[in-house]
Amino acid sequence: METAKGRQMTGAQIVVETLIEQGVTDVFGYPGGQVLNLYDELYKASDRINHVLTAHEQGASHAADGYSRVTGKVGVVIATSGPGATNLVTGIATAMLDSIPLVAITGNVPTTLIGRDSFQEINIAGVTIPITKHNYFVTDVKELADTIREAFQIAKSGRPGPVLIDIPKDVQVAECTYIPQPVVPFAPQDEAGDDLIDRAVELINQAQRPYIYIGGGAAGIGMTKEIMAMAEKIDGYIGCSFMGLSALANSYDRFLGMQGMHGHYASSMANNEADLIIGVGVRFSDRATGNTAKYARNAKIIQLDTDLAEINKNIPVDLGIIGEIQSSFNRILERCAKTEHPAWRQQVEALKAEEQHIADEAERAAGDAMTPKKIFDVINEIKDDDTIIATDVGQHQMWTAQYVDFGRTRRFASSGGLGTMGYGLGAAIGAQIATGDRTVLITGDGSFGMNLNELATAVSYNTPIVIVLMNNGVLGMVRQWQTLFYGQRYSNTVLNRKTDFVKLAEAFGARGARAANIDEFRAAFTEAMAHDGPTVIDTLIDMDEFVLPMLPPGGSIDDMITTKGG
Amino acid sequence: MRSVISVYVENKYGVLTRVAGLFMRRGFNIDSLTVGETENPAYSRMTITMNGDDYAREQLVNQLKKLHNVKRVKVLESETSVERELMLIKVRSTPENRSEVMAAAEIYRAKIIDYNTDAMCVEVTGEPSKIKAFIEVMKPLGILEMCRTGAVALERGDNTIDR
Repeated sequence: METAKGRQMTGAQIVVETLIEQGVTDVFGYPGGQVLNLYDELYKASDRINHVLTAHEQGASHAADGYSRVTGKVGVVIATSGPGATNLVTGIATAMLDSIPLVAITGNVPTTLIGRDSFQEINIAGVTIPITKHNYFVTDVKELADTIREAFQIAKSGRPGPVLIDIPKDVQVAECTYIPQPVVPFAPQDEAGDDLIDRAVELINQAQRPYIYIGGGAAGIGMTKEIMAMAEKIDGYIGCSFMGLSALANSYDRFLGMQGMHGHYASSMANNEADLIIGVGVRFSDRATGNTAKYARNAKIIQLDTDLAEINKNIPVDLGIIGEIQSSFNRILERCAKTEHPAWRQQVEALKAEEQHIADEAERAAGDAMTPKKIFDVINEIKDDDTIIATDVGQHQMWTAQYVDFGRTRRFASSGGLGTMGYGLGAAIGAQIATGDRTVLITGDGSFGMNLNELATAVSYNTPIVIVLMNNGVLGMVRQWQTLFYGQRYSNTVLNRKTDFVKLAEAFGARGARAANIDEFRAAFTEAMAHDGPTVIDTLIDMDEFVLPMLPPGGSIDDMITTKGG
Repeated sequence: MRSVISVYVENKYGVLTRVAGLFMRRGFNIDSLTVGETENPAYSRMTITMNGDDYAREQLVNQLKKLHNVKRVKVLESETSVERELMLIKVRSTPENRSEVMAAAEIYRAKIIDYNTDAMCVEVTGEPSKIKAFIEVMKPLGILEMCRTGAVALERGDNTIDR
């Protein structure tokens, strides 16, 4: 029945129509008993909304996350009740910790069966309260459209994050009138007061050694130009957290790279020697600060964030500025004085030279061995600025953070806060499908083993993903800790599995290649980058490669390990 | 340091779990939490009392403000607010202690709301310190069981949670 204003629809139809209304073009998911109606409507609407079928719901959740990281759009994932829903949990938590906007839609058993431990019934709204920005259990079809609209608003506004909507089957079947609505723009966040902006300007004008410290809150909104302009104006240097990577090109000479546990030497040292740290969308996580009592002892700290609970949470700051980050930053940029700090420049340039020296020495000692550095040199040389880099978690992830030249923003998908092994392949698929751009997944044999079933998805959709599998036969990062702090007792970290990753790739219908030295790697990588489907390059590296430098857990800058000998 | 925090929340699915879960997740220790409907049935009001330093209180308030169903959060200062708690306390009733319980009840302006030859149930209302004092008086007389509502509080004058 059609009225002047709306049309009679089932709940399942309303879900699909509202998703389209919100601008959704792609969703990731896996069907099942309690989302049959929803999948029936997706089938009928397949010319208007594209559904990507993964091998596992976890893969779908990471794909939606990767999709969001490279586009800035809200990622959407669909799963059935019970195990389908619980398989999303790791993906939702990953998005939560990295502030990635996601809408997860789950089916549930009919409301008449709720609470009876019915087949495949789980209270997923209860399960996901701590790992979502907000979630819903919809019991009335009349509330469905507005709930979905609100979910998109919440996911994307302020500090972004995941939202889950659980819809019992009978609500998907029930009918009501659906009235289409235009997407409502967000209510702007309150601007920071002028007094705070002036106070920040005052601190900046007084500073002799300023260090701009950028995080995911800045990288996510593409503040590249403003950040560079600030560095030039106040004669400062820029460092970033892991989540701040890809906000700036590594070639920019005022950018020192990531600081923290495995940060660049010069960046961590400059962070420690600065007299002013301007934190932009960073949360000063334990991996970035080490021992908080000894963190940035010489510096005053200004923190700009959109989330009021982040101010003073991990590090007491001298000035917290809550409000839309870009606008606060620009107001400060406009008002602060143009200054010169030649002594600071000299100091930091010396640190950079020292860093270069350490790196050169390490490479000289390695000789012809295929070191991670050499592998990334090849990757950097062959990839272009549009190439998307995804990673799993472990040593390879930190090497990526240290060595990859990011050409522009939104080209990086990696699990920072939660550190989810098994994240990468799903994320790479989502990112590739979102952009159509060539994607390189850097992974390890440990992480890849967790969700390699998604190779089936990569092949089905013929996604041009180059999987650089840094294979050392061990869980390298844990092994590194065992070497350094656990008396070389390698408890359960020596995998030594008999998996033939080349054959495995071929069995999935992908291409496989093996690289035992850097020439083989160059050849395999070059070929893979020209192939229009997925390739796995089994890249054999030494099990005792270290990620350096390293600040030991709970340690400070004074404890930095820069060479294998200590 | 003891703090009293008033929280105005939407009456939506799981709101109590969301608030209670926040304390667990962030490692806050709360002493009491009361919740009940307000003049507007779409909203409930929670009163939370906690012990912690300024950092814990600031974090609790800021984290609460981030919950979608939480509409207002206000820290109530003891000088500018009124606070009450209700307790039901059941004590053994013997020929020896009966008059003492009744005398204490009168002094504390409490009410005996149930009485038989074996037990008496007393209703006490007041500030938490008064409740605590009454418990001390009852202890030697033999407390059978007791139940406290936790504190509820409002600001003095025409201040409301909205301003």
